[in-house]
Amino acid sequence: MKDFLKGLKGGIPIGLGYLSVSFAFGIMAISLGFEWWQAVLISMTNLTSAGQLAGIGIMIHPAQYLDMLLSQLTINIRYSFMSVSLSQKVTPQFSGIKRWILGFFMTDEIFAVASNEKEVSVKFFSGLTIFPYIGWTLGTLLGSVLGNVLPAVIMNALCIAIYGMFVAIVVPSAKESKSLLLVVGVAILLSCLFYYLPVLNTISSGIAVCICAIVSAVLGAIFFPVKEEENG
Amino acid sequence: MDNKSFFIYLLIMAGSTYLIRAIPFGAMRKKIENKFIRSFLYYIPYTVLSAMTFPAALYATGNIIAASFGLVVAILFAIKGKGLTVVAVAACVTVLLVEIVMTYIF
Repeated sequence: MKDFLKGLKGGIPIGLGYLSVSFAFGIMAISLGFEWWQAVLISMTNLTSAGQLAGIGIMIHPAQYLDMLLSQLTINIRYSFMSVSLSQKVTPQFSGIKRWILGFFMTDEIFAVASNEKEVSVKFFSGLTIFPYIGWTLGTLLGSVLGNVLPAVIMNALCIAIYGMFVAIVVPSAKESKSLLLVVGVAILLSCLFYYLPVLNTISSGIAVCICAIVSAVLGAIFFPVKEEENG
Repeated sequence: MDNKSFFIYLLIMAGSTYLIRAIPFGAMRKKIENKFIRSFLYYIPYTVLSAMTFPAALYATGNIIAASFGLVVAILFAIKGKGLTVVAVAACVTVLLVEIVMTYIF
């Protein structure tokens, strides 16, 4: 019980952060033409910011199912790494079906908090997931319902929230590592090429993000292989 | 979009997102030793988020100048070590202020 409460408490700031970011996701989904229940259902079944953002961008086009699959796999491959990393830290009781259920809740922030622990128990991890999940769902609901009520100028401003969160994840690490900063710079440069150059800008944004992310990460792995301790 | 294609998309999206998280967590009992793969996996979260943010975020608010200010403020706050919520809120407030200033003053 102590472990569970500790996890619950650790999830509060994440839940609050998710509330604001998913509020923005709700607004973006509505502005793209989704119904409120669709936005909420997407959030409840995916629980991921970048994947959902790319996902709704693809969904508005008919029948780009392969694009959807490829973009989700690329954008979310980072969770595999987090899952592998955390799988080394869990208690012996954390096994079998518990891993298959709780694996659903692996997000950047939940991973970040959990991996700060020496050992991750089932109770701690369960507690940790609760507020983030509530925050993500509730925020999407509020954003997609209230989004229409808010003045346009406020809705526009909220659309930057999700990107603000991405910046908050990347910048602190890039500050610590020159090679990461350089790799991130390459990713941004490639992404700009795909956005602005003719021919390249006809490629769907989901695929473009995949290509940019994979190419720059491969270059990083070739030229700046990471030392053990950098690798979480 | 009709409901049928929405649910097909949702299934692909939620299914792949779930499996990519759960399979390594459920099945992984050993450590990955390959340095190249470990390095690639270390970089990929950051390259994904960066490629998604730039330049798309500049066009997210419908006002490229306001969005630029918002992003610069977000980066500055993040360099200062502010948390996720503070950075996101600071970016929103900045965009809002710049939009108001541009609408009413210029």
